[in-house]
Amino acid sequence: MSCERDGRVLFQGLDFSIVPGSLTRVEGPNGSGKTTLLRILAGLHDGFEGQVLWQGRPRNDDRESFLRNLLFMGHRPGVKPLLTPLENLRFLISGRQAITDGQLSEALARAGLAGFEEVSCQHLSAGQTRRVALARLLLSDEPLWILDEVFTAIDQQGVEGLEQLLVNRAAMGGAVILTTHHEPELPGMDRLRLGQGGGREF
Amino acid sequence: MNSEARPVIRPMVRAVPILPAMWAVLKRDLQVNFRQLQDTLNPLLFFVMVVSLFPLGVSPEVSFLQVAGAGILWVAALLSTLLSLDHLYRHDFDDGTLEQLALQPQPLYWLVLAKTVAHWLVTGLPLVLLAPILGVMVHLDGNSIAVLCLTLLVGTPVLSFIGSIGAALTLGLRSGGVLLSLLIIPLYIPVLIFGTGTVAAAAEGAPVGGYLALMGAFLVLAITLAPFASAAALRISLSNN
Amino acid sequence: MWQFFHKLGSPKWFYGIAGRWMPWLLWSGLVLALVGIVWGLAFAPKDYLQGNSYRIIFIHVPTAFLAQSVYIMMASAAIVTLVWRMKLADVFVKSVAPVGAVLTFLALFTGAVWGKPTWGTWWIWDARLTSMLILLFLYFGVIALGAAISDEKSSARAVAVLVLVGAVNIPIIKYSVEWWNTLHQPATFKLTEKPSMPVEMWLPLLLVVLGLYLLFGWLAFVRMQTEILYRERKTHWVKTLIRPEGAA
Repeated sequence: MSCERDGRVLFQGLDFSIVPGSLTRVEGPNGSGKTTLLRILAGLHDGFEGQVLWQGRPRNDDRESFLRNLLFMGHRPGVKPLLTPLENLRFLISGRQAITDGQLSEALARAGLAGFEEVSCQHLSAGQTRRVALARLLLSDEPLWILDEVFTAIDQQGVEGLEQLLVNRAAMGGAVILTTHHEPELPGMDRLRLGQGGGREF
Repeated sequence: MNSEARPVIRPMVRAVPILPAMWAVLKRDLQVNFRQLQDTLNPLLFFVMVVSLFPLGVSPEVSFLQVAGAGILWVAALLSTLLSLDHLYRHDFDDGTLEQLALQPQPLYWLVLAKTVAHWLVTGLPLVLLAPILGVMVHLDGNSIAVLCLTLLVGTPVLSFIGSIGAALTLGLRSGGVLLSLLIIPLYIPVLIFGTGTVAAAAEGAPVGGYLALMGAFLVLAITLAPFASAAALRISLSNN
Repeated sequence: MWQFFHKLGSPKWFYGIAGRWMPWLLWSGLVLALVGIVWGLAFAPKDYLQGNSYRIIFIHVPTAFLAQSVYIMMASAAIVTLVWRMKLADVFVKSVAPVGAVLTFLALFTGAVWGKPTWGTWWIWDARLTSMLILLFLYFGVIALGAAISDEKSSARAVAVLVLVGAVNIPIIKYSVEWWNTLHQPATFKLTEKPSMPVEMWLPLLLVVLGLYLLFGWLAFVRMQTEILYRERKTHWVKTLIRPEGAA
């Protein structure tokens, strides 16, 4: 797989697979294409040469079932400021699972938002907003997680909890691909290194 | 080992229901709109103000307003729809919910359809409801007002659906608002022509059923085709992000 | 077939082919158009109703005709862009959109000039002229959107979607404008070619139309070559083409 943006090669000759039970961190300097790679894998970005396979078949052959198995979290948390955490979480899950409000509240509480369920998200801090999105991980039944900079704005305690969650997820047979700002030391983590500012010129 | 006891996550092959997802999108968009009521009302106020410009700028004579009234209301409705379109996807784009929408397992077509219906409910429908009052102010007779409202009722959703293509294409571009109008206005012309033409025909006492049916055909065409184009345009805009 | 398609996708290959075709297109187009125009303007018989003023159709009709065909060509290229992701199709759309806009403007301008002696006024909201005006708006939209998106691939696909949406709308626009026209002013005098046009009139007209098509092909190739050079400016073949001795 290779990708070129605005006339600049981001990466070339990339070939890898993600297996169940793995935890992979995409690494590289700023501008090396980490976010673009994650967006390509999720199917949000398609300006690339090459193939993305899901269970051995081209992903777009059965896009619906691929998407049903994918949980993607981008730079922007996907939380509407005008809605409450409960409404946001309910919406994010609505197209995927049938879940009761009780389960939603419980997930929000575990994410550290107990008491904030009915507060409009515009009154929450950046970290709390991020936690609304993270609460979704607690309910997720998708085997593939693609997480771009999930640790942004999360406090130390939250980081530890999230790291534990990711490790457990891999142990349960889920696959996690992520990028992070800090250097997490997670047991069994694979590294996928992207080149300095985009490989070689042609 | 205790890993045997743990639940194991496996890939799913399961059909996903479409209607509940559409309903969730519709409900969410209405909720968001009601929580920023001022933003939702602004295009309506704009509509009223533009209509009042014509008597002031051209002529308050009854004979002029009677002839031009339907056209004035239609042009004002068209402009106010154009203004509101810029917000259709922009907030979702900025806060990241749009990419979540694009990654829902349901085809994007249906979700875009739901979003556009929500847009019409908060911008188009109120225009239709306001039209009788403004119709009286521009001296249209009762029959003309009734026909005008019918054409707006059938025509404004077409405006929303076609406009959603433009909104999706110009998403994330610096020159969004004006560019959107440039792209969309030519496509609005047939609806405008039939909207005002039908009222003119009614004023002359001609039967208007056929014209209204034709506008209905525009609507059906817009509902079936426009979400395809909008969904494709959204994917392009997200890919460019 | 597939190999041909594949080749068409290669800008370098097209650059060479276009270079070989261009002189033929230019000269044959010039000859046909000039013969047609001279014949039409100087030798064709007068119109019994409009006298000499009708002679502007030898410019008006070909430009109007071509302006519409260019949009159809763009729509076909847009399908190729969306389905096969062929770069060259987008090069074509971006290169000919301004040409189409200019042709549309020329058709409108000559229509207005024709209107002065015919209707006694420069502009009449005649169905054809109005349709052409809307076509001009569509061209403006395509050009503006193409200019607004910097990323090449996104720009190509966004413009393709817009061109196709426009193409679906063109018949609807034409139909509604014609209906609107009959509603507001009962047809008096239309800018239509009479079906009973004598041979001495339509033959030169045909020559101009053919000539203009060939000239359009030439101009499209010139513009496409420029666009290709710009887009491929970083590749080896363009660098050696521009500086044969090499930068070293």
